[in-house]
Amino acid sequence: MDIHLTSAQATQEEKAAIDSELGLPESSWQGGARQTADTRAALNGDRHAGRHRLLPVLHAIQKRVGWISAGAVNYAALRLDVAPAEVHGVASFYGMFSLVPRPKVVARVCDDIACMTRGSDELCAELERKLGPADSACFDGRAVWLRSQCLGLCERAPAALVSSAGEKFGERVLAPASAKAVEALLSEASEARLSGDPDELRIQASVPQAASKVESSKLRLLRRLEDRGASTLEGYRRLDGYKGLRKALELGPKGTLRELAASKLLGRGGAAFPTAKKWEALAQQRHLLKNDSGRAHYVICNADESEPGTFKDRILMEGDPFAVLEGMTIAGFVTGATQGYIFLRGEYPLAAERMQHAIESAKKNGLLGENICGSGLRFNIEIRRGAGAYICGEETALFNSIEGYRGEPRNKPPFPTQSGLFRQPTAVNNVETLVNVPLILREGGAAYSKLGTENSAGTRLFCLCGHVSRPGVYEIAMGITLRELIDLAGGVAGSGTLQAVLLGGAAGAFVAPNELDTPLTFEATRAIGATLGSGVVMLFGDTIDLRRILLRIAKFFRHETCGQCVPCRVGVERQEEALQRLVDNKPLGAATQEITLLREMAQAMRDASICGLGQTAASALESALHRWSIFS
Amino acid sequence: MEDTDVVLLWGSNARETHPIFFHHLLKGIHNGAELYVIDPRRTSSAQWARLWLGLDVGSDISLANAVGREIIAAGLANEKFIKHATSGFEAYKAHVEKYTLERAERETGVPASAIRQMAHAYAKAPRAQLCWTLGITEHHNAVDNVVALINLSILTGHVGRYGSGVNPLRGQNNVQGGGDMGAIPDRFPGFQHVENDEIRARYERAWGAKIQPKRGWHLSDMFEAMDHGQLTTLYVLGENPADSEADRHRALKRLGGLEFLLVQDLFYTKTAELADVVLPAASGAFECEGTVTSSERRVQRVRRTVPPPEGVRDDIEIIFELARRLGHDWGPNSEAETIWNEVRVLSPMHGGMSYRRLEEMGGIQWPCYDESHPGEMFLHGRFWSEPLIGPRAPFFVVEFEPPVDQLNADYPIRLTTGRRLDDYNTGVQTAKYESPLRRKEALGISPEDALLYELQEGERVRVTSRRGSVVAPVRFDSALRRGLAFLSVHAHDQIATNDLTIDAVDPKSGTSEFKATAIRIEKI
Repeated sequence: MDIHLTSAQATQEEKAAIDSELGLPESSWQGGARQTADTRAALNGDRHAGRHRLLPVLHAIQKRVGWISAGAVNYAALRLDVAPAEVHGVASFYGMFSLVPRPKVVARVCDDIACMTRGSDELCAELERKLGPADSACFDGRAVWLRSQCLGLCERAPAALVSSAGEKFGERVLAPASAKAVEALLSEASEARLSGDPDELRIQASVPQAASKVESSKLRLLRRLEDRGASTLEGYRRLDGYKGLRKALELGPKGTLRELAASKLLGRGGAAFPTAKKWEALAQQRHLLKNDSGRAHYVICNADESEPGTFKDRILMEGDPFAVLEGMTIAGFVTGATQGYIFLRGEYPLAAERMQHAIESAKKNGLLGENICGSGLRFNIEIRRGAGAYICGEETALFNSIEGYRGEPRNKPPFPTQSGLFRQPTAVNNVETLVNVPLILREGGAAYSKLGTENSAGTRLFCLCGHVSRPGVYEIAMGITLRELIDLAGGVAGSGTLQAVLLGGAAGAFVAPNELDTPLTFEATRAIGATLGSGVVMLFGDTIDLRRILLRIAKFFRHETCGQCVPCRVGVERQEEALQRLVDNKPLGAATQEITLLREMAQAMRDASICGLGQTAASALESALHRWSIFS
Repeated sequence: MEDTDVVLLWGSNARETHPIFFHHLLKGIHNGAELYVIDPRRTSSAQWARLWLGLDVGSDISLANAVGREIIAAGLANEKFIKHATSGFEAYKAHVEKYTLERAERETGVPASAIRQMAHAYAKAPRAQLCWTLGITEHHNAVDNVVALINLSILTGHVGRYGSGVNPLRGQNNVQGGGDMGAIPDRFPGFQHVENDEIRARYERAWGAKIQPKRGWHLSDMFEAMDHGQLTTLYVLGENPADSEADRHRALKRLGGLEFLLVQDLFYTKTAELADVVLPAASGAFECEGTVTSSERRVQRVRRTVPPPEGVRDDIEIIFELARRLGHDWGPNSEAETIWNEVRVLSPMHGGMSYRRLEEMGGIQWPCYDESHPGEMFLHGRFWSEPLIGPRAPFFVVEFEPPVDQLNADYPIRLTTGRRLDDYNTGVQTAKYESPLRRKEALGISPEDALLYELQEGERVRVTSRRGSVVAPVRFDSALRRGLAFLSVHAHDQIATNDLTIDAVDPKSGTSEFKATAIRIEKI
């Protein structure tokens, strides 16, 4: 492309960061030193093939330098043959990238709703006293602390994530975090880079059921987590690993699909779509792959777990990474996809490390690559890191993100099974869904479906957080009631009096204490106007001001809207403003007028937004307005 | 262009010189087509290419023959098509045998691997387009260059099919129309030869006048004839030869020696300044009725939207009046449509193009023989008919010849000329308009030569060829290489580029070798 660059030049450090991702430039036309040969021929990369490197390139710059300068944008544009405006557009889309100078050491401190119940307000206030306001440099300009959306560490709230940019990027999780610990780590990181593991998976803290003999014997999806060895291939094999894949290879794609259909597995990401149907849609197009060399199928593991209050996928990836790979490999076998992507949340350093290690180890042992288990099956997996954009969990936004575009959702139809990643048929599955697949094959679809209820088969992971005695991931057979689940987690913490439960995260709905006998199934929650969503069960005791929680949720959506379609872009902004006025007791006119306005906007967003973000941005608020008179 | 797999853009910087066409090409690229650009400079068009081949100016035949040889040697020739629709393949094959990749690398400067890659991509593509512009035709062997390319299209069968063809990109919206209407020395409207007695008799009957049985002169012939006193009177319509002719000094001398020069133009051009009489003409774009023909042979209506200014007349009116004053009264002024209907009677390929149909169908691609004929999307679709209709497409044997103006120690730098996005040719139609992109004209040189001659950006240098000398500021351009310089032809009041160029003419087309001048650069 005849790209026009500004005069800004990349520094050596920025160039090194970009080259580390792309390799050295092959000619002066791509930013290298001019050679005589360059004046006789210029081979450009395949224009369509280069663009998808953009997000990894931006990560590389951010991780090396701490921010992305105009010079770095220019060099990235030149290397990838993408207009600099496009590079800027993508970089500015993601929360983790900074286009203005930022210190190399950054602490992200979560002030989202789960952490609010565990003292994040006080934590932030103390940091302000000690280090100055958020987003202003401290430690002689070498470090900075920022307020953050949910970091997915809710079972150990309040949480913080500290990172240090440089030749060797370092990251460390602090959860639970104290102001003192944050300050100490910032100080340490501004002196020398952070080394060692970013975090440690503590089963006792994250999977409370593991502590009880009776409960731990019922675990299926979480079974291997107790065994630290599960994150190595030998350990995973010892614990029935890859038996599901072997079974699938025996049954063939059609047989595997039959078992999956018999299991009645529904997607665990929130939409509850039958997994077998999704895979079948791709399997039916397999014959087209042979005749059209440009055609491909893709399998994507959606590990962009960003729904506030959700952390189950993180724990699965940290504790049982091979199960995710095995599930994806079976998906590849059934659908005819030879390439899989794990779109992994940018804020999950340990999960990324464990998954990367698992992929390498699987490759080395013939469980990924050209001829898997000697069966002739070809399947590869690549990790793509998100960069702080909730919307990228929406599957079509996720495609755009991997392809190197702004993570804006696409219109549907066409649906991903027809035209998804790179406009090819694509199956997107949640981490938990994929972890179910080897299990289903091992024990058979029919046997699997016996667990749970008629319409909600199997077990389900729930993320208990907020005012609950033993927060963490719980695995239960679907059908037990909300009250039973809360009891299992030790009941309400704090004052002991429950005010409300948020089911399904920020995009979910509140339920009242008198609804606790609702069974946790897709159908029963739907009947009371709620949703299981991503499995969040967040408790709020009577000490919390629910209006402030609603305001924080509204703030979240205002921050996370992609801005593409009007009802959502304008609606989330007005929603937050109106809520702020109500919380401040300064309504425009009567409070009832504000509430009417909020309801009308909710209706408009639900009806006219193209994706789930806008459609659910007001659902928590609406569910609260429906149950309580909190603004009068 | 939008539904093709490979595009060869040969001697064309369409990104700047044919921006509307290039939008369609970009759609093709967006749809997955691969672009290959063959140009001495790495132009803005070349930046969109999968592969750019930076050949030496004027070495196109060597490159084309080597591509042909490689296609044959790799077994990628379309033998079925060759057998069905072409002639002379064996002679061609024997001829190109000596154009090995190594030889082509030596003669063109392009790495053999790049030539090979392009040859294979073009031959293997299910559909491929071959487009060229003045980089091919402004040479002393222009027609040889063209047929060297056409050889490649018939070698691979990339012709006369949807998404596959050969496309000379024409310079203006109606260059094709000028040819259609017989503004060629040897043709009547509809490309009918004047030396064919039967055809000529038909025109004589229709026009009631005797027509000379021999072809006329083309532009270069005319200028030569001025030297010998054979041509003493010149009627120039919409041309500016005082700026646009190669070896401008000589051209000006020739124009100055005429007994009578009549110029008919929209603008008071350099040529008009020399004229005895200037007739101000109305604009064909919006002040006249008529038709134009685009590069794809599509005849379209143009309409008068505003009347011409006071004292300015329509071309038809001027020509009728001239005829009358010269003693041939053609009657009252005709409407454009009446004249067009005469064309339809005399030129069979326009027969079916009534104004009504042109309007209804949004233009028609010739040939269109009668009012039931929809026109033809492909000029050469016939090559695919079974059995073959019409004559076979011949392979031509052409040999590489370097440019006439040779480089030596006194003139070590190759100057090539061209156009920029903002301007058209001598700038008559464009120079008065502001453009945010236009920069002051300068001699483009490579960073390597800048270093060699110890020049600063913007420094003024003397540029000298065997014919003339100009002073110009330099601009560093990484699209150029050592020994290659570039000047546009747009701003003769700033830099008289054609004072330098050579009027070595291709005898078959009458075009001068604007693209290859030997120069030297001297510090002032």
